[in-house]
Amino acid sequence: MNRAAGIHRARRGEIAAPARLLLYVLLIVTALAVAMPFVIMLFTSFKIRSEVFTFPPLLIPQTWTTDNYVLLWSRLPFAKLVRNSLIYSFSITLASLLFDSMCAYALARLNFRGRNVMFIAILATMMVPAQVTLVPLFFNLFEIGWINTFQGLIVPRMTSAFGIFLLRQFFVSIPIDLEDAARIDGAGEFRIYWQIVLPLSGPAIATVFIFHFMYNWNDFLWPLIITMTQEMRTLPTGLALFMGDHNIEYGLLMAGATLAALPLIIAFLFAQRYFVAGIALTGTKE
Amino acid sequence: MAQAHMPAGAGRTRRPLVSAQARAAWLFMAPSLLLLIAFVVIPIFQAAWMALHDWELADLNPAFIGVKNFVDLMDDGRFWNALRNTAVYAVGVVPGQILLALFFAVVLNLRLRGRVFFRGLFFLPVLVSFAVEAIVWRYLLDPDIGFVAYYSRLAGLPHIQWLRDPDYAMTAVILISIWRWFGFNLVILLAGLQGISQSYYEAAEVDGANNVQQFWQITLPLLRPSLLFALVNAVIAALQAFDQIYVLTRGGPMFSTETIVAYIYRQGFTNFDMGYASAAALVLFLLIFVVTIAQLRLLRYQEVP
Repeated sequence: MNRAAGIHRARRGEIAAPARLLLYVLLIVTALAVAMPFVIMLFTSFKIRSEVFTFPPLLIPQTWTTDNYVLLWSRLPFAKLVRNSLIYSFSITLASLLFDSMCAYALARLNFRGRNVMFIAILATMMVPAQVTLVPLFFNLFEIGWINTFQGLIVPRMTSAFGIFLLRQFFVSIPIDLEDAARIDGAGEFRIYWQIVLPLSGPAIATVFIFHFMYNWNDFLWPLIITMTQEMRTLPTGLALFMGDHNIEYGLLMAGATLAALPLIIAFLFAQRYFVAGIALTGTKE
Repeated sequence: MAQAHMPAGAGRTRRPLVSAQARAAWLFMAPSLLLLIAFVVIPIFQAAWMALHDWELADLNPAFIGVKNFVDLMDDGRFWNALRNTAVYAVGVVPGQILLALFFAVVLNLRLRGRVFFRGLFFLPVLVSFAVEAIVWRYLLDPDIGFVAYYSRLAGLPHIQWLRDPDYAMTAVILISIWRWFGFNLVILLAGLQGISQSYYEAAEVDGANNVQQFWQITLPLLRPSLLFALVNAVIAALQAFDQIYVLTRGGPMFSTETIVAYIYRQGFTNFDMGYASAAALVLFLLIFVVTIAQLRLLRYQEVP
């Protein structure tokens, strides 16, 4: 019986050779369509100016140059853009991870009256599209002089209902024995959270970390609205606005785009499963 | 609930612990709750308040005008144009990305060499800022020196100015957005497929069902929660489209790609007409709410077989 099932399983998903060939053709064609823009971006970033503007366009540069990567730092305040993106993404991610996990810990592991109501109320805030609060937030930050500042960019983003939700789902599934034992030994709640629950939650923390970092590194509308000068822009907003003013500086723009894309692509190569876990989790748990 | 994991008879002695836990719980939640109240809850009410005023930035004494902003919106041809553009965008981009994702999720769930490679590659556009990708696409679509113009000429296709042609700009935006988003849905659907127990398929094979029958009778019904999530999520994202449009076209040419959020941005942050922008944002909220509820109802989220 077991063996029969095993044979079935082995056969399942096997497909005939002609169909397999067709599927590979489709996969490869689609893969090329997906990858080509990035390949062209990369190659163009190493082209000299005249080769950027030849028609028909060259895929691979005939004369390789790193000029675009050098000029970026003087033609744009590129160092500022990188710095701002790093400060913006890392401080939001770390603050949000701390506050989200604290809140999730309370919702998942502590008994108190109104716990379910609070959980539902936090979920409910996710229903409201960010565009609704954008105008009042801008107005409030304007009133207290936080427009075009790091605190204006960062503080409103220091917690995320979505992060709370994901971490809470994970914390609920941790066995309770360890925690009870620690509690009987007289450990305080913060110690239990910090020394027992967090260390057991490595994968969940990594998943939410990557989720927050990817979201904020790539974010566009919020930094576009809150920053006013090129010195305060992040990479996506700074590059997009540079393009608005210098429409055809394609060599420079492709070099900037490559550098903006690189950190997450590298992170993905090393931690693919956490990226996938974060997305998959959102899809299956709700 | 509170005593679920306590040994019998221990309730009395452990009782004070519960209130200590309650105090700890509120302290643990305090940072998140304060932030959410200050930066989400209060601004929602402010948006409603602002929408009832003629409110310019730095206006010391905004005039209360009741529902006039909403009445004006209903009379605003450019707002209706934005609604129509958003609907066209959603109708193009949602089925496009979901069907493509479903197809490749099923394919990558088969025993094929290189499935992890292809999944990773299809996910690549999700990793990079859409605004940055839009910069690359503007280069590719440049009618004078771009790769798209060159290769479509080689293939004998008509020369289209894509982003500069009001008849084609939205098509370009939709295709680029499908390119960007289908890998995201692919990962959701693939996770859903991998959660379906093999035993269903084994039973179906014993009954002599072929692959197509298995897809309709087993895969689709059991994939419904993931599919519905992907769908609802894609629709919400489509109704909020902004980043790629700002970079690709700024809503043009001739307002042909101006979506609701692009219009809110223009009113709120270019014209600083904050009351009017808030009213438009609330209409968007209502629209998203109604469309989401309608999808959940129509597709019966609760009834999972």
